[in-house]
Amino acid sequence: MALPLHTSTLERVWHYTYLTICALIFLFLILPILIVIPLSFNAEPYFTFTEKMLKFDPTGYSTRWYDLLLTFGMNEPDAPRDSSWWADAWNNAAWINATKNSVIIGFFSTVIATSLGTIAALGLSRPEMPGRRIIMAILISPMIVPIIITATGLFFFYSAIKIQDWGIPYLGVILAHATLGIPFVIITVTATLVGFDHSLTKAAANMGASPTRTFFKVQMPLILPGVISGALFAFVTSFDEVVVVLFVGGLDEQTIPRQMWNGIREQISPAILSVATILVIISIALLTVVELLRRRSEKLRGMSPG
Amino acid sequence: MLTTVGGKPLKEALAHAQSRAKRRAFLLVLPLLAFIVVSFIFPIGQMLYKSVSNTGFTISKDFGTGVSTPIMTNLAEWFEENPQGTDPDETAYAALAADLLVLRELKAPGQAGTRINYELSGSRSMFTKAARKAKKLAPPFKESIIDLDEDWADPSLWQAMRTASSAVTVNFYLAALDRKRADDGSVEMVPENRQVYVTLFKRTLILSLMITVICFFLAFPIAHLMATLPMRKSNLLMILVLLPFWTSLLVRTTSWMIVLQSQGVLNDAMVATGILADENRIQMMYNQTGTVIAMTHILLPFMVLPLYSVMSMINPSYVRAARSMGATSWTAFRRIYFPQTVPGIGAGALLVFILSVGYYITPALVGGADGQLISNLIAFHMTKSLNWSLAAALAAILLGAVLLLYWLYDRLIGIDNLKLG
Repeated sequence: MALPLHTSTLERVWHYTYLTICALIFLFLILPILIVIPLSFNAEPYFTFTEKMLKFDPTGYSTRWYDLLLTFGMNEPDAPRDSSWWADAWNNAAWINATKNSVIIGFFSTVIATSLGTIAALGLSRPEMPGRRIIMAILISPMIVPIIITATGLFFFYSAIKIQDWGIPYLGVILAHATLGIPFVIITVTATLVGFDHSLTKAAANMGASPTRTFFKVQMPLILPGVISGALFAFVTSFDEVVVVLFVGGLDEQTIPRQMWNGIREQISPAILSVATILVIISIALLTVVELLRRRSEKLRGMSPG
Repeated sequence: MLTTVGGKPLKEALAHAQSRAKRRAFLLVLPLLAFIVVSFIFPIGQMLYKSVSNTGFTISKDFGTGVSTPIMTNLAEWFEENPQGTDPDETAYAALAADLLVLRELKAPGQAGTRINYELSGSRSMFTKAARKAKKLAPPFKESIIDLDEDWADPSLWQAMRTASSAVTVNFYLAALDRKRADDGSVEMVPENRQVYVTLFKRTLILSLMITVICFFLAFPIAHLMATLPMRKSNLLMILVLLPFWTSLLVRTTSWMIVLQSQGVLNDAMVATGILADENRIQMMYNQTGTVIAMTHILLPFMVLPLYSVMSMINPSYVRAARSMGATSWTAFRRIYFPQTVPGIGAGALLVFILSVGYYITPALVGGADGQLISNLIAFHMTKSLNWSLAAALAAILLGAVLLLYWLYDRLIGIDNLKLG
């Protein structure tokens, strides 16, 4: 931001103070997240920078906590690392099992949330939709209602209908996470449908396309970026959710956040930091994807010059 | 009159087509609405019902067979026949003795005692003890029961049993507001040293308000900066705001634990640079400070995003016009720019406030004893003290507050305007 020539000294001083303040606020936002990355390579079991780390001494750094992540919970962590060792890790390592559970739960809840949410968003963005406001308020409410209330309600509900005895693993948690992900899908998909030119669908119908064909050939390509970012939001919501899992998940339904929660509450080990680092890297990747999708969507809808 | 090809009046045909379009739009929404009602609205409704109904003193359920048996029936009958304030006489004690026998057979003295214990702590063991000796009780029952434990003559106990003898009660709401029933059935405050909940509600509101205000002061400058910078640069800065938004909540909370610990990064840095002596390390975690700092960081993006979207729509020529007419930059900001940002401030502040009122995870991990919020107490009653009806009553009050704010948000800003990045 270049300053015009006529600015007074006081204004100049203020301008640079203002920029400094902004820089500090951005640091406040970003530093606490990035700080876990170097600390996860700490060779010592401390949560702070050791002297060796500050001097960039290679012996101050190690990947032992990442190794611990892999071996924790294994039957024979010290055996030679051949194929049976890896099989042991795949089947028994606590964090690997947690990852598997998280991915399964995240996948199915995302599928439910995205498919139901997208269809509903299509209906909601039609101008003739009756009771739009109240229905929208109901559909967004899972995002607003405190998570502890949702978890409490689901705890009573699931124990009343005995969902654990239905024989479908993870069912309760999947349905709950789908509910929590739905508001995000609704918000992102309706946002891409704002300003959607309905004459396009009318034109398609006019030229003899069936409603299904119109949807897949005309509407779908236009809203796809919104649908994908909604799905990513839903997945991240599930992937990060711990309270509902704690309340309604079975004992064997350990997910990554639950494992982290236990780790933080009981005895916090630097292994948590290596999990955190991996999650930060995943979120950077997801953010990039969403940002690219948003740009593509704006370009598709002609909202920005590209 | 205009008609369609089929001979129908045009107006009628149009109305028909419109209602069909309405139905079709609604049908698209219906599956999701049904899903949300079953998996979200109904469970919460069921929980709310639990807050006004507790069957601990009226029905015993055998979980093996699933059979429900009414308990304490004789006593309930006596309470019905004798109005509030009647001193329990021999027939009352006889009814109690008969009910204790039933409790013993059903192995249910624990649940009945627990229900009374919610109203009058310390009374659970009286029930288990009395039920164990129920067979030996002989008339006159009044003497023999009071012989077991003289607290059985306590009018507070009889008041508690009277209210518990019907499943439907508002007592849990009274308890959630630090009130209780006096011996004569009127409502009074609990003794000062046991008043927890109102203090906690107040603390939740104050901390949430504090977090909202801090978020505002941090979000305003950077939202303004992003709104005035050219697109390419502001997009880059936006990534810095969105990254925390996309990062796991537990990761962010862990990071703050690392930074704020007394042996943590911040204290170490201050000691190393000599700002702080080693023995004066500041306790920034496991107290309110920790909760406020971590929650501010977590909720800040929710303030920045609406502010930014409002600010980027503000036409810069208004401020320029004010400056050219002789306003100082401060006046131009105060009278021209700031009023135009108010919708964004309202949206961000309400959102941050709504989200922080019900926050659970961060206070639970970094809050320590005095940084806990109302959600943590609900979790405590759900998982530790197992007083589910009280947990439900507290949840209902919190839910009421949140829904009120949500309604306000919809009125003022509109839910359609909620944006995520």
